[in-house]
Amino acid sequence: MSENIFEVENLSLHYLGRFGDKTHAVTDVSFNMKQGEILGIAGESGCGKSTLVSGLMGMCIPPLYPTSGDVRVRGESLMNRTVEDIRSNVLAQKVSMIPQGAFNALNPVRKIKDIAADVIAAHQKPGSSMKASEIYERLRSRFDLFGMDTDRVLNSFPIQLTAGERQRSVIGISTLLNPQMVIADEPTSALDVSTQKEVIKMIFDLLDKGIFSTMIFITHELPLLYHVADNIAIMYAGEIVEKGTAEQVVKDPRHPYTKALMGAMLSSEKSQRTRKPVAIEGAPPSLAKKIVGCRFAERCSFARPECKKNTQNIRMVGDREVRCEYAQ
Amino acid sequence: MLSNKSIVFSAKNISKTFGAGKKITTAVNNVSFDIYDGEIISIVGGSGCGKSVLAKIMLGLYGPSKGKFHYNGKKITNLKKHWNDVQSVFQDPFSCFNQFFTIRSQLEDAFNILKKKPSKEEIKRRVDEGLLAVNVTPSDIEGKYSFELSGGQMQRMLLARIFALRPKVLIADEPTSMVDACVRANILDYLMKLKEELQMTIVFITHDIGLANYVSDRIFIMHDGMIVNSGTPEEVLDNTRETHTLKLLDDIPEVHKKEWIKNSHRSKNKEAS
Repeated sequence: MSENIFEVENLSLHYLGRFGDKTHAVTDVSFNMKQGEILGIAGESGCGKSTLVSGLMGMCIPPLYPTSGDVRVRGESLMNRTVEDIRSNVLAQKVSMIPQGAFNALNPVRKIKDIAADVIAAHQKPGSSMKASEIYERLRSRFDLFGMDTDRVLNSFPIQLTAGERQRSVIGISTLLNPQMVIADEPTSALDVSTQKEVIKMIFDLLDKGIFSTMIFITHELPLLYHVADNIAIMYAGEIVEKGTAEQVVKDPRHPYTKALMGAMLSSEKSQRTRKPVAIEGAPPSLAKKIVGCRFAERCSFARPECKKNTQNIRMVGDREVRCEYAQ
Repeated sequence: MLSNKSIVFSAKNISKTFGAGKKITTAVNNVSFDIYDGEIISIVGGSGCGKSVLAKIMLGLYGPSKGKFHYNGKKITNLKKHWNDVQSVFQDPFSCFNQFFTIRSQLEDAFNILKKKPSKEEIKRRVDEGLLAVNVTPSDIEGKYSFELSGGQMQRMLLARIFALRPKVLIADEPTSMVDACVRANILDYLMKLKEELQMTIVFITHDIGLANYVSDRIFIMHDGMIVNSGTPEEVLDNTRETHTLKLLDDIPEVHKKEWIKNSHRSKNKEAS
């Protein structure tokens, strides 16, 4: 068991509304990750991807509350701990996050080097005070790995950098303390295709150099995920509906939702060009109410009448997990 | 083939610069093109290539610094009159709606721009029609505000406004970059519907050449403020040696692509034949 670096067990999270109403954003998510694994999580907007990220870091800041379940990094539980405890003992060292909008993550009135120096200074062991020059030296040697113009980037304000440089700086700052786990929440969705490729290249580079090895990569772009991840989990309305290797999920989807999601993808490949993308009609169910039966039944083209009554559980189809009792 | 159609936009050697002296930035550099009636044109390029500035020139929000830019053979002078014919859809739908008014009232207010404003009943009918065209039941958004809807629904509201107003030309500036893949296919379908049902001329701006290929009659590839390649999707995608086009094609992550990222032990499809 000890070889699992990251374990998530039946994690459920809910938002508490002003009038005591609960929105169950994440329901019953379980997975284990081994050292060196990249897990991709995909799903449409509003399916609970970003809420799951908060839960995985143990950062349950009200109105978000854990309902049940556990998250463990190398056996150490992250649940039911204070935010201060998580901030000083877990974030950046054990679990680190690459946020979605790089521009919102960087303080606009401080230079990149000052923002990065804060991360090092905040996580120093008590008693060992590093000199400012030492910190900057360490920063410089780390940023040199990224293939950027180190001096210029470190001495710039966020607004002076291009979107790609900003995102790469954020990745650099997130991984400064060699975290055991990195969670990337849509790191490339605000970028154009060429910059996206540069950022992915940099992430691969850091993986190859051993700065970090285990990563959860979240996006709604399945073809991108195919190239990045080893395993892919598809989320729908707060649940994981299918989980398998990247090859299995993308090339041979079994759950009706994954099939529909792949059908909605466009491709510029010559052989695929005549295929018309089919959008999934309808909207995901509201998570504020209790849902009976399969959550995808309303939009599923293979749905049977009993789908709306029977709650679906994860079952194994071959060596992958699918949440549909009729999937072959 | 298109020569019998009338020219909507014509640009002759237009440039747009910002700043002056040493800090001068050329956003659009000596660009010439004609856009014909009823076409869907895609302008494709990476961020900062000047495609949004070109869109703003078409909307009349910027005048070109150099060169001639004509709409229907005339210079754009009266903006209110120009916007009777030319309307736009932008990237971020939330910044296009006021949070303090209902969506319905804002869709109806959009008719204020028209020179001949229809009667109240007519406006109501046309807004309903617009909403139905984007598969939204009018009663669903009755009394709703922009923050109550999801990003995909809001992007549809912007398109509903276009279906209701029925301008002659639509400038769509990255309408799909903020929405996820399932909604993206929807939005592209609505653009095609606008062209087929209302014979609208559409300028579609995107950074994904795959999307451009799917909807457009002609594609312009932009780089550093210049149009470096143009033609029908087949010409641009299949028979090109132009480096920027090839790079854009190469950068799209595709499932069938061999070694999307080179020289990394994590690359997939390495040995695939």
